[in-house]
Formats: sequence, C-alpha cells, structure tokens
Amino acid sequence: MKIIPGAICEPGTTRVNKTGGWRTYRPIYDYDKCIKCKLCELLCPESSVLPKDDGFFEFDYDFCKGCGICANECPKQAIEMVLEEK
Amino acid sequence: MTATHDVDMEKMVVVEGSYSVAHAVKVCRPNVISAYPITPQTHIVEDLSQFMADGEIPGCEYLNVESEFSAISALVGASAAGARTYSATTSQGLELMHEVLFNVSGMRLPVVMTVVNRAVSAPINIWNDHQDSISQRDTGWIQLYAEDTQEAADMTAQAFKIAEDKDVLMPAMVCMDGFILSHVYEPVVLLEQDLVDQYLPTFDPEFVLDPKNPMSFGAFADPSTYTEFRYLQEKAMGVALRKIEDAANEFNEIFGRYYGGLIEEYNTEDAEIIIMAMGSIIGTLKDVIDAHSSKGEKIGLVKVRSFRPFPKFEIKKALKDAKMVVVLDKNISIGLNEGALFTETKACLYNTHIDVPVAGYMIGHGGRDIPVSTIEKIIDEAKAAMKTGIDIESQFTDLREELL
Repeated sequence: MKIIPGAICEPGTTRVNKTGGWRTYRPIYDYDKCIKCKLCELLCPESSVLPKDDGFFEFDYDFCKGCGICANECPKQAIEMVLEEK
Repeated sequence: MTATHDVDMEKMVVVEGSYSVAHAVKVCRPNVISAYPITPQTHIVEDLSQFMADGEIPGCEYLNVESEFSAISALVGASAAGARTYSATTSQGLELMHEVLFNVSGMRLPVVMTVVNRAVSAPINIWNDHQDSISQRDTGWIQLYAEDTQEAADMTAQAFKIAEDKDVLMPAMVCMDGFILSHVYEPVVLLEQDLVDQYLPTFDPEFVLDPKNPMSFGAFADPSTYTEFRYLQEKAMGVALRKIEDAANEFNEIFGRYYGGLIEEYNTEDAEIIIMAMGSIIGTLKDVIDAHSSKGEKIGLVKVRSFRPFPKFEIKKALKDAKMVVVLDKNISIGLNEGALFTETKACLYNTHIDVPVAGYMIGHGGRDIPVSTIEKIIDEAKAAMKTGIDIESQFTDLREELL
C-alpha cells in the first residue's frame, strides 16, 4: 500500500473495516412477537437491519454497533439486547 | 544577493498597504475568497468585497461567514474541489482558526492567507507584534514575512506559486505588520494582470473533490500510517525551501523586483555584528546600519523572509564569520523568556563548528514603538558583549520598570 499526500482515498473503506466489533449489546429477534412493521429497518442508523424473503428481518452483525434503537422503538418488544460475550 | 527595486516611477501609485494586497489577490484570479473582518485586516476584505461588487474578479465567489473558524473551514472544501482560495485574518481570528490550520496543511490544500500581524489578548490590544502567527508555527503552514507594502503585495503572488507547486502543496501565510504596513499609504506598483498571468500558472491539482469520481480527503490514519503523513509534510517543506528561492527569482525576471529568497543579507560581508529580524522593523534597521557603515563600522543585517520552512543552511552561511549575533523578536515564548527566531537561530548553530554568541531581544510587543535610539542601545550592548561576552542572553527591550 502507498499513501497519498493529503490522506486521499476511494470511499467505502468500511467494507474492509467491520465496525460491528464495537458492539457491547447484540440485538436478537423473537419472530413469534414480530408483526413485520418495518420500524426497526427504518430507524436503524447503520442500515444493519436487512429484510428477509419471508417478510421478517435479520441483523447484519458485521456493522450493527448495538445502539439498541430498534429494541427501544419496537412496539411489540420483539427485540432483546443481549450482552456480547467474547 | 541583496534586494533590488527596478522601479518604474510612471507606474507608481500611492495607495494603502491593504489595497495593494487586495489588488494583488485580485490579479491572482482566486476562485473562492472566504474571510471574516477583524482589525487591522479589515481593509483588505473591504477592498476585495468592493472588487467583487464591481465585477472585477470574474469566476470568483466571496463567502460571507460568521467566524474565522467558518472562513477557513469553507476554504478546506473549496480548495479540495480545485479552487484557488484566499483568506485574510489576524490575532484572535487566526487563533480561532488554529484547529483547521492543521487540517488545511494535513490535507495538503494550498490555501493562501494574509496574516496582518497583531498582538493577542489578554490584555486586548489591536496593535502590531508577531505573537499571532508565531503561535501557529507548528501547523504546517509556510510563513513568509514582508518588509514593506510592495513586498507584501508581491509576496502574495509568490505565495500562490509556492503553495500550489505540485511538489509542495502546502498552505502559505503572507505575514505583514498590522497598521505599520496595512494602514500606511506608500507609493507602490500595483501588480500588472498580464505579468501575473505570465508568472502564475492555473491551479491544476491531481486530485479534486468531485461527485462524479468520489474520493475521501483527509481520511483516517491509524498508528501504522500516521507517521508517514507527517514525514511527507516535512519533506514538502524541504522542497518549499528551494521553491521559495525560485519564486523570488522568477518574480525578479518578470517584474524586476527582488527582496531576497529565504533570507536577505544586507551588509553582512565582513560584518562583525549581525542583526536578525522579520517584518517592517527591517526598514528601521537598514537606516541604522547605513549610518554606522558610513562611519566604517561593520554591522550587517539578516532579514528572514521565510520563517517556515526555516532556512537553516542560509542562516548558518550568513552568520558563520560574525563575531556577535543579535536577534530581535516581536514575540515571546512565555516560560522560556525567548522569542522564536532567537531560539531557532541558536538551535541551528548548535552541533556545528560555528561558535558565535547570540543575544535575543524581545521588542515591540503590542505595537510599542521601536525608535532608532532603541536599536542604537542594542548595538552598543552588542559591541560590549563582543569584548566581554554576553551578560544577559535574552531580555525584554524598553521595559518600563516604573510601572511594575
């Protein structure tokens, strides 16, 4: 790798730098409670809530930072924040 | 080589120092000007606003901003997008820019800025000294100091040429003494548009901020790469040493005016005592030295035009045969009791075979007048120190002890 003066580079460096490693709490779905309202997908600041073919959602744990907005906003308490254990 | 003014009286006009600088900026064809008014820089931006209102700077946008922090931040984006950019400030305004000054230089953006040197608060004081720009010395900006209003104008065009050079790409401050130069009316030659066009190529950076070809500027660097960015900045400053000389020589060829490159030597050949300084005080010093020369006394002057990059080689060469060196500083590093030029001159003589005593005088703080009598007193002390050695290494000049 050569560096360019001014620290100039192509965008999209987080494709390599997986920021999900910053997470303390991991969100977990309870699909029995989920009503597919999409609020979690709309409100996720990291676009880490991905739709599945069956209408439910799943988390992209490579980039989810565990902020808990989805769990806080879910009207059915279908998302639980669980402490990450390494 | 000493300064030469091949001046055409027909072309001379009597204008304010600020106007001659604003006019120089205009003929350099900037694309974005962003500045916030502050005394004593105000007249420069007023004149530029007038040029804009009169449609005299085509292809240029003048941004009204709410602070100096915004003024310089706006130029980060503009310069990255490929614009030739200009700002002007002083004192508290420059200190407010501090954080962004590092970003400009780290992102290698060749912004040119006039610093109309003024003291810093507290106590509040609007008059001239060099504390403001000296406080920014480690931000990675080129710093050039002008002796008179003609040089301040000419240095503006030189600064664009140096800063935008592909092998330099570092921002530059053109420092001129507040009021003493900014508000004085002197005869000058205003820079001719056709000659500036011949002197200054268009700014054509390799990388530009462009939505069609997105790039990140000033990106993240972790410990594995950060050192190398600093190394490259230092290397660019090394290249700038040569480019500052080149820019002065080319300017001389086209405009017929020369003020020295990195330094100007005045009467230094065979000089026993050499005085060093920067800025408008040089004029007074030249007069005093002329008077002493006519009596056969060997006193010389080193005018430092480039404080960053610091011209170690040229300074060592100029001082090597002197018996006594006196450095005058319009600033102080509080807690060291030394001015910056003094400290750095001493430092560059260490680890060499040059063994000359160097004395420092901090002078003209907050615009205190520097009369010929004060310079004479300093020369008398230097003559005594040549015989008996330095009594006080660094001191305040003309301290009013009755107030303490």
